[in-house]
Amino acid sequence: MNAHNPAATEGASETTVLVVPGMHCAGCMAKVERALGAVPGVTSARVNLTAKQARAEHGPEVEPAQLIAALDAVGFASQPRSNEQANAPSAVKPLLAPLAVAAFAAMNVMLLSVSNWSGAEGSTRELFHWVSAAIAVPAIAYSGMPFFRSAWAVLRKGRTNMDVPISIGIVLATLLSCYETVTGGEDVWFDGALMLIMFLLAGRTLDAMMRDKARAGVDALLNQAAPGASVISADGTLQWVAAADLLPGMVMRIAAGERLAADGEIVSGASAFDQSLLTGESLPIPAATGALVHAGTLNLDAPVDVRVTAAGADTSLAEIARLMDAADQPRSVYVRIADRASRLYAPAVHSLAALTFVGWLLAGAGVYHATVIAISVLIITCPCALGLAVPVAQVVASGALMKEGIMVKDGSAIERMAVVDRVLLDKTGSLTLGRPEPDTAALNALDGDAASVALGLASHSRHPHSRAIEAALLARGFRAVRVEGVAETAGIGLSGNWNGRKVSLGRNDAADVVSTTLRIEGRPDLLIPFTDRLRPDADAALGRMKAMGLDVSLLSGDNQAAVAEVADAVGLPAQAAASPSDKREAIGALQAEGHKVLMVGDGLNDGPALAAADASIAPGSASDVGRQAADLVFLGDSLMALPRAVLAARRTMRVVKQNFALAIGYNLLAVPLAIMGFVNPMIAAAAMSGSSLVVVANSLRLVRAAK
Amino acid sequence: MNGLLFLLPIALGLGLTGLVAFFWSLRAGQFEDLDGAANRILIDDEDDQGPVA
Repeated sequence: MNAHNPAATEGASETTVLVVPGMHCAGCMAKVERALGAVPGVTSARVNLTAKQARAEHGPEVEPAQLIAALDAVGFASQPRSNEQANAPSAVKPLLAPLAVAAFAAMNVMLLSVSNWSGAEGSTRELFHWVSAAIAVPAIAYSGMPFFRSAWAVLRKGRTNMDVPISIGIVLATLLSCYETVTGGEDVWFDGALMLIMFLLAGRTLDAMMRDKARAGVDALLNQAAPGASVISADGTLQWVAAADLLPGMVMRIAAGERLAADGEIVSGASAFDQSLLTGESLPIPAATGALVHAGTLNLDAPVDVRVTAAGADTSLAEIARLMDAADQPRSVYVRIADRASRLYAPAVHSLAALTFVGWLLAGAGVYHATVIAISVLIITCPCALGLAVPVAQVVASGALMKEGIMVKDGSAIERMAVVDRVLLDKTGSLTLGRPEPDTAALNALDGDAASVALGLASHSRHPHSRAIEAALLARGFRAVRVEGVAETAGIGLSGNWNGRKVSLGRNDAADVVSTTLRIEGRPDLLIPFTDRLRPDADAALGRMKAMGLDVSLLSGDNQAAVAEVADAVGLPAQAAASPSDKREAIGALQAEGHKVLMVGDGLNDGPALAAADASIAPGSASDVGRQAADLVFLGDSLMALPRAVLAARRTMRVVKQNFALAIGYNLLAVPLAIMGFVNPMIAAAAMSGSSLVVVANSLRLVRAAK
Repeated sequence: MNGLLFLLPIALGLGLTGLVAFFWSLRAGQFEDLDGAANRILIDDEDDQGPVA
C-alpha cells in the first residue's frame, strides 16, 4: 500500500479490485502481483492476502477482463469484487484504537499504582493519584465507549446485557477514584477500571477478528450465480451487462457452462439445464426454443439465446428471498448465553452491593465509608472473566474449526449448534457433491491410449462433463496426447484426429443415463456414465452423527426416485420433492415439537430452511444465497465437517460453562472480603487478572476441539 | 522527589510516542493485511523495487 512506485502512479486513473480465492502463500502473492503488473497499462498491483483480494491501479484502457485473463494464465481464478463485498465494514478496526489507548493507560497507571502500593506516602502519593487521574479519566471515557454505547442502547429498550454491569462498575470506580484523588484519600481504583476495559476489549477484538476472517473467507469463494450476461445488442455485437442492469426484453447469449443471471425464454438454440441449485433436482432438464429458464440455473450443453422476461428483484429468486426474510425471525430473538448469564448476574451483583451499603449503615458506619465498600463490591464483582468466558472460547474454537476448513460466520452459531438434536440434510450438493462425476468403474476400464485421447479431447472444452473427465484423468496421472483438428459441436461433443484415426467424445442418445461416449475409430465405443456421487466420508460422517445422538434425515427438492436411491444407499429416512416453503415448514414442525434443528443445504431452494433452522451449515460450493443464509460454511468435499462442527460446538459450550464457573468461583472468594471491607485496589487487580488468565488458559484447551 | 519531575514526563512521553506510532500505523493501513505481511517477507525478489516487478 505504501510501496507504490511514485513515478508509475501518475498515469493511473482507475482501480480494479479482484477477488482471488486461490491465494494462500507468499509464492501465490508474488505470482499474482507479477502477473497483474505485467499487463500493459497496470501501474501497480498489491495483494491483500487476508481478504484474498488483489488491487490493481491502471490506466483507463485496461479492462477487468484483461486482468482476469492474466491471472488465469498463471493459474488463479478471479473475479471483480462486487459492491456488496466492498461495503462490508471490518469489525476489528473500530476496536483497535480503544484497545491501544486502554492498554497504554493501564500500563502507565499500573506503574504509578505499584509505587503507591509499595509505600509511597504523602505528597508523592497525591502526585501519583493526580497523574493517574489525568491519564485514566480521558482514557476511560474514550476506550470505554464501546461498552457505554451498547449498555445505553439496551437500557433504553428496558433490557440488559453484559455491558450494563460492566459500564456501571467502570463508571462508579472512576467517580469514586476521582473523589478520593480530590480529597487526598488513600486508595484509587483507576488501574482496576482500565485493566477491566483492556481485558474486555481484548476479548472483543479477538471475537471480531474471527468474524472478519471468516467473512473474508466466505466472500472469497467465487460466486456461483452469474453476475451478468452477454447481451446481444441491436447491431449484433455482444456486450457484457451486469445482472443488476439487465432489463426485460434484452436477449442474453448463454454459453455452455454459464449460469443464467435472469429468468427468460429461450429464443434460439436448445440445451440442457442443471437446476440443482434452484430446485434440488439432480437430472438436467432439456429445454428448447420457447421454454422458460430460471436465473441461477446452469446451461450445460450448448449456447442458447434467452430473452429476459424478469430480472433482479422480479425473478423466481425473489420469492425465495421473501421466504427467507420471514424465516429469519426465530434466530434474531435468540439470546446469547453471555447475555442470559448477565440477566441473572447483574441483578444479583447490584442487590449485593446495595445490601452491603445498607448493612454497613446499620452497623454504624458513615455514608462515605459504606459507599466506598459498596463500590468495592461492585468493582470486585465486575465481570472481567465473565466477559472473556464466551468470546475467548469461541475464538479458539473457531480458529480450530477454520483450520479444518469450517468457517464460523457468527459467534452465536456455536451456541446454537451445540444444542441441536435433529439434522436435516439436503441431497443434491449437500449429501452429494452436486456435480457430475465420471463413473469410477468406467474410468478404470480405460486403457492408457483411450485415457490419453479422452484427456486430449476433453481439455479443449469448458463443458462440465469435459472438465470433470479432465480433472479425474489428470488426478489418475494420465497425460494428454495431441489430438489434431479438434472441433467442438455445441450439444454434440468434441471430435478430432489421433494418429490418423477419427476420435470423438460426446453425447450418446442411446444411453438411458447421463453419460458421455468416447469413440476411437477401430475400437469399441466406451461409455462413461456420470453420477452425482455421495460426498467422501458420507457413511462415516453419518455414523458419527448417529453416535452423537443426532437424528438425521434427508429433505430434498429432488424427485422421489432419485431421493429414494440415495436414501437407501445411506440408510436414512427421506422426504422428497419438497419445495422451499415445504422445507421451512418441515423445520417449523420439528421445532414445534421441541427439537433443535440443524439444516445442511446448499441451494437457493434451501435458503429459507437454512435461515429458519436453529443452526445451519452450507458447503463452500453452495449458492450465494445458501452461503449467506448459513451460519457455518465448510470447504472441501468431506462430509466429516458436520460431526466435527457439532462436536466442536459442544466442546466449546462445555468450556464456556467451565469458564463461567471459574469466573464466578473467583468472585465467590473475593466477594466476602469486599463485603467485610478488606478489599483494596491491589487485591482487586490481582483477582481480576488472575481470573482472566485462568479463563483464557482454560479456553486454550479448545485448540484441538475440531479434531 | 526531584527525580520524579524528570522521570514521570519521560516515562509518559515514551509511552505516548508508542501510542502515536500505533495510531499512525493503523491509519496508514498496516493492519489491513496481517497474513499478507507475514508472508511477504518470504518473497525473495532481489530486484523487486516494490510490489510491481
